[in-house]
Amino acid sequence: MVNAVGREMPEKIGSYTVRPFAGTGKAAKILPPVVSKRCPKLGPEDHNKLCKDLKEAIVKTGLKDGMTISFHHCFREGDMVIGQVLTAIRELGIKHLRFAPSAVVNIKNPSIVSFVKDGTIDRIEASGIRGELGDAVIDGLMDEPVILRPHGARPRAIETGDLQIDVAFIGASSSDEYGNCTGQIGPNACGSLGYAFVDASCAAQVVIVTDNLVEYPCCPTSISQQFVDYVVAVEQIGDPVKIGAGAARMTKNPRDLMIASKAADAIAASRLFKEGFSFQTGAGAISIACTNYLAERMEERGIHASFALGGMTANIIEMFKKGLVRVLECSQSFDAVAARAIAEYPNILEIDNSVYSNPYTKGSMLDKLNFGVLGALEVDTDFNINILTGMSGEMMGGLGGGPDVADGADISIVTIPVIRGRTPSIVPKVFTCCTPGESVAMVVTEAGIALNPKHKYYEMLREDFEAAGIATVTIQYLCDLALSYTGVPKPIETTDKVVAVVEYRDGTVIDVIRQIKR
Amino acid sequence: MRLENTGIAGTLESSDVMVTVKPNPASGIDIQIESSVIAQYGDEMRETVKSVMQEFDITDAVVELQDKGAMDCVLRARAETAVCRALGVGFNWKGEDGK
Repeated sequence: MVNAVGREMPEKIGSYTVRPFAGTGKAAKILPPVVSKRCPKLGPEDHNKLCKDLKEAIVKTGLKDGMTISFHHCFREGDMVIGQVLTAIRELGIKHLRFAPSAVVNIKNPSIVSFVKDGTIDRIEASGIRGELGDAVIDGLMDEPVILRPHGARPRAIETGDLQIDVAFIGASSSDEYGNCTGQIGPNACGSLGYAFVDASCAAQVVIVTDNLVEYPCCPTSISQQFVDYVVAVEQIGDPVKIGAGAARMTKNPRDLMIASKAADAIAASRLFKEGFSFQTGAGAISIACTNYLAERMEERGIHASFALGGMTANIIEMFKKGLVRVLECSQSFDAVAARAIAEYPNILEIDNSVYSNPYTKGSMLDKLNFGVLGALEVDTDFNINILTGMSGEMMGGLGGGPDVADGADISIVTIPVIRGRTPSIVPKVFTCCTPGESVAMVVTEAGIALNPKHKYYEMLREDFEAAGIATVTIQYLCDLALSYTGVPKPIETTDKVVAVVEYRDGTVIDVIRQIKR
Repeated sequence: MRLENTGIAGTLESSDVMVTVKPNPASGIDIQIESSVIAQYGDEMRETVKSVMQEFDITDAVVELQDKGAMDCVLRARAETAVCRALGVGFNWKGEDGK
């Protein structure tokens, strides 16, 4: 069958039944009650949840073959929790687990591939996969397709029962012996634990893994003891350098700076750029530069933002300190400065990923967002975005919050160079559709800005750009330009085997990824 | 014409290509490509290299490309320079094809 963005897909993939994407805002208005595997339970008699090691905790949870385990990605590439837990599970001989982390986790030593090969894991649900695991999956490593969901779709899937978690292993940079824990303090602080809240409240059992046991009660507390079954202290939960040691530096790449500056100009030209506006810019090189340019435009015009949302970076903290933004809503902290800031300032808040991005809460913060700046690997002439697969079809990234922000923000801005090396980024048709074009307001490149004529705010943006003297080009022009530089690439050949399913925010399938023919 | 010496041009920077042309103990133009976009542009890259070799009447050579995503015009320029260096001649800017 073919979905609303013209993607062909089978009706059933392994045991997965496809609900085809039907367009944005087409989902059911009322859904059944929230599903949670959490059970009422008496606290331990000795008032202590500490286990001597991971194995003891795993045995106590009763983890069995075929169950579902989850992790968060707040330690990013510095995560050392997943490797240790999976190794302990392997040594206990538990098999056929469904592995459901909140995002792409690219752990190398041990590699996830080895846990798939020995049967410890046989299903994966995440926001993306890459590196060795990505290559192996695209070459047909797994029998069941990997299910990829954007950030907002994961809590939806958990609360609707699509993804039920038996045991959530939550890394925390500080915890007490009763499970009150946080990512804000401790030697391996990661900042917001935003992605772990839904796991804590919906998993059947919750194990906190820390390397910094603190005196009861842990303060500040992000995840409360009431959700926690067991606590394990290990030697190390993360590599602080890879968690995000310092502030990301401003790029010096003139092309990226030019794109960032144009994006800030586009925002500043909009009538929505006014006192009390809100924004989310993200953590890519262009995004960080765009944040800085945006701060300049705000200072020039004397405009203040009500809030900034999502993953926080040091330069947004800087804007906050200057009084340019009233509240920072952090679902993730991308660097050490942002990680520490939550504990230091009352207006910098740690938020649950669900309130950030889940379309099926009684209101997510994205509903209130004016401007969202997004990165992409490819954009096509229908404004569809690919953030998963690279030039040769390889798995390159994760969905992250991109599809959520595009849909939620009034004005979503894709910042992207027209070519990267010999790879065109504005193409006739993206290899993998992750974000539907109808939710994308504009594409900003070094060669011009293209407004999406099908976006709900097109007329308003066109008027505002005209008034500000900002010229635009068509997306077709950008695509032709890119291909004139690179030449037309040979299409990627695939087999019929679907190796990954790309879900949209509402749980429908926006695209599938097929095995690459080699 | 057979190549007697080796010529190298280009760098391993992103968007560049390092072209090495060497004498071929066998006959013909033997092209070896290392590139992340070989599946998409491998054929075009071969064509470009062959056409440069034709320009210089080179019949026997080993050509190695270490490509970092160079555009076609970059590849052509690097290949021409590598051949000029191997031949010990300057590029003829006035000529139609550099000879």
